[in-house]
Amino acid sequence: MLHTTDFVILSAVLFILGAMGVLLRRNAILLFMSVELMLNASNLALVAFAKQWNQMEGHLFVFFVIAVAAAEVAVGLALIVAIFHSKNSINVDELHQMEG
Amino acid sequence: MENYPSLVTLILFIPLIGFVLNLFVGPRLGERLSSILGTTAAMLSFGVAVLLWTYLRGSGYESAVVNPPFLDGWIQIGSANVSIPWQLRVDTLSVTMMLVVTGVGSLIHIYSAGYMHGDARFTRFFTYLNLFLFFMLILVTGNNFLMMFVGWEGVGLCSFLLIGFWFDRPNGVGWKNSNAARKAMIANRVGDFGVLMAVFLMFWTFGTLDYYRPGEITNAELTGHETASAVSEGGHEAAPAEGEHAAAPAEGEAATTTEGHGTPEIAGPVFTDNEHIPTAQLGVFGQAERMVKENHQVSFGSFSLPIDTVLVIITLFMLLGATGKSAQIPLFVWLPDAMAGPTPVSALIHAATMVTAGVYMMCRSNVFFFNAELTSFIVAIIGATTAIMAGYIALGQWDIKKVLAYSTVSQLGFMVAAVGVGAYGAAMFHLVTHAFFKALLFLGSGSVIHGVEHGHHLAHERAHDAHGHDAYDAHGDAHGEEHHDDHPFDPQDMRNMGGLARKMPITFITYVIGTLALAGIFPLAGFWSKDEILADSWLKGFEGGSFLSSAGGFIAFVLLLVAAGLTAFYMWRQIEMVFFGSARSEAADHAPESVFSMTFPLIVLAILSIFGGFINTPSNVLGLENIFTAHNFTEWLEHSIVHAHAAPFQPGIALVALGLAIAAIFAARSIYGQGKSSHVADHDPLIDRIPSGGATIFGMANAKLHWDENYFRFIENPFNKMSQFLANTVDWRFWHDYFHDTVIGKGFVGISQILAKPVDLGIIDGLVNDVGSVVKWISNRMRVVQTGYVRTYAVSVLLGVVLVIVILILPALQR
Repeated sequence: MLHTTDFVILSAVLFILGAMGVLLRRNAILLFMSVELMLNASNLALVAFAKQWNQMEGHLFVFFVIAVAAAEVAVGLALIVAIFHSKNSINVDELHQMEG
Repeated sequence: MENYPSLVTLILFIPLIGFVLNLFVGPRLGERLSSILGTTAAMLSFGVAVLLWTYLRGSGYESAVVNPPFLDGWIQIGSANVSIPWQLRVDTLSVTMMLVVTGVGSLIHIYSAGYMHGDARFTRFFTYLNLFLFFMLILVTGNNFLMMFVGWEGVGLCSFLLIGFWFDRPNGVGWKNSNAARKAMIANRVGDFGVLMAVFLMFWTFGTLDYYRPGEITNAELTGHETASAVSEGGHEAAPAEGEHAAAPAEGEAATTTEGHGTPEIAGPVFTDNEHIPTAQLGVFGQAERMVKENHQVSFGSFSLPIDTVLVIITLFMLLGATGKSAQIPLFVWLPDAMAGPTPVSALIHAATMVTAGVYMMCRSNVFFFNAELTSFIVAIIGATTAIMAGYIALGQWDIKKVLAYSTVSQLGFMVAAVGVGAYGAAMFHLVTHAFFKALLFLGSGSVIHGVEHGHHLAHERAHDAHGHDAYDAHGDAHGEEHHDDHPFDPQDMRNMGGLARKMPITFITYVIGTLALAGIFPLAGFWSKDEILADSWLKGFEGGSFLSSAGGFIAFVLLLVAAGLTAFYMWRQIEMVFFGSARSEAADHAPESVFSMTFPLIVLAILSIFGGFINTPSNVLGLENIFTAHNFTEWLEHSIVHAHAAPFQPGIALVALGLAIAAIFAARSIYGQGKSSHVADHDPLIDRIPSGGATIFGMANAKLHWDENYFRFIENPFNKMSQFLANTVDWRFWHDYFHDTVIGKGFVGISQILAKPVDLGIIDGLVNDVGSVVKWISNRMRVVQTGYVRTYAVSVLLGVVLVIVILILPALQR
């Protein structure tokens, strides 16, 4: 029987991996996937806690997160396509026109 | 009958309406209608004047004061107790002036229609003439000195406008004309200063400017006599014989207040003098008489003067005004130049009416002059000197109008001298007769000039016909146009005339009548009036009472007698040069007689010049008093001029004056007659006739005694020099440079420097710049944060989240 702590540790590891991906990768697609990883890590934690406490709010939040993630993907991929059109590259380090 | 005098309002309104109509619609009416309009206005005014004359005759010469239905209280300042009403006065003097102004004015309107024919500004001319009539009638009908002054200035304006009427003539003539207009304006301003000072002083002394207040009796002496004959000024309602008047109790409420109606009640007290009226409620003349009787002291704040002295000062200021308007020494210089105006203007304004305004004013103020002995002496001397001086200058003039202009100055000198010797009635008499014959002479000269101009034109056309037509026709039609000649032709120069008697018979005959009247030949108008002035000054010399008035009388008599001789001489010289002999230029040879509208006024005025003198025939001459009744005019005037008195006829003086005039005429005939009149290039025959001194005599007269030059030398040039000194040296060097540059300019620059450099640049700009650079420095440090790299922002977000979590968790851990 897996304990809640195990899930949380897994979730934390996944989240850190995602965060490292966001911070370190330059490819916009990979960046995006890392974000998804972080979202799903948090989903895992939510479900784990929901099971522990035997309450439905956790599940509810997970669905919200999934829905928001789906919407985010739609918008984000569109942005990436647009960036690719203009820059012919999806390297995020090339997008620094906002430099102060 | 009571409202009859109210007609005087109409006499003002008719020319005003004529003026307004001609001003606004005149140019659209065309020459014919416009001149008819102007002439009708003048003639209707004359009709009104005649009605007023009949009224005065019918009502026992009662003076009346009319409040016109407008401008009731003209100038009223309650706090200062100033009340100057707009009232019109109908009395024998004002009606005399009205008759002269509108009568001669009507004739000159008719004449102008012919004379100005073809002028570019024909309607404007009639507009100005009607405006002139309006102002002249205000001048003579006003019941106070301020109204008189309004008219005085108004006629001055019209004179200015009409002298400069041809301001746009080519070849510099226009400049000469407008300069003459300006000269008239400026010379008159000097005189107007005198009038204004007199008015102010009068107001200070009497507290009013009215001649006589309504209800006041003008001439108490006459009233006393006439009460007995039931036609009293003092209250005719009371007289039982006047039945129809007793039935009119409400007349006091009518717009007209007949003088002498003490109270509106029937059978009120009959006043034959003004003793019942408090001094403060009398007009200026009534007050002056009473103050003189009481030896009143006039207070001027810190000092006071006796009334006699004040009257001398007032009258001296008035005299200054009269020397301006009536062209006496020293301000007469504008009148000869005023001949630049069209000839009808010279006749109407500068001979018959406006220039007599000064004489009118002095006759109106006879009470003042009568009581100011010193002024009377000065007036007599100035008048007589002017008469002889202008008569002398007229000897040496070649311009037909200049001779008449100086003659006018001379004759005005006669009138002024008459005022000076106390002969106010004689002055007015000469004013009237002079208006007749001088208007006649001016109109005659206009007819001559017109004829010579046309003759010049005709002669030219013939000359040009010989050479074939060229551009001449395009220029030739406008009357009086300066012809673009190789040599300038002056149609007014008498040396270009001669022999016109056959060409212009009507002009010639009327001109000779005017000349004889002016020269004082029995029995024409000028004889009677001039003789009365001479007789009056002679009598004044004997009966003057004091040394001053006797001396004034004798000096005036001698000077005037000589001036009368000069008059006859220069007038006959003119006749010889213009009408006799043979034509001295082609123009004169071709001169035609003028049109009927020009000759008609000449004929009427000639008749008046012949018979005009009979209005005032003296009592003991050839039984004439049985036909015309003696001293008619003087007695008529006595109802408004208190000190007018009839002088008995002096046969000796009359014979001497007549003999002198006839001798002068024969002298002129022997010098200038039988074709001896000079051509332009020749000497004047006078120089040849008197070998020693003739040249000097003629030269001085021809140079007009250098009056203009001396004015330039002694007044204008010093004035200009002083102005230049004040402007360049005092103003620019001292005041302007020193004060403006040093104090204002440099002070301003200095303060600006302080404010600009240390204050603005240092403090204000420094503060702003410092704030700016601090912000700039901080932002330069801060901008490195914004890398623009997405992952940097992600790091900061992550760090932020970690920070938040740490802050949230830390307290829980510590628990």
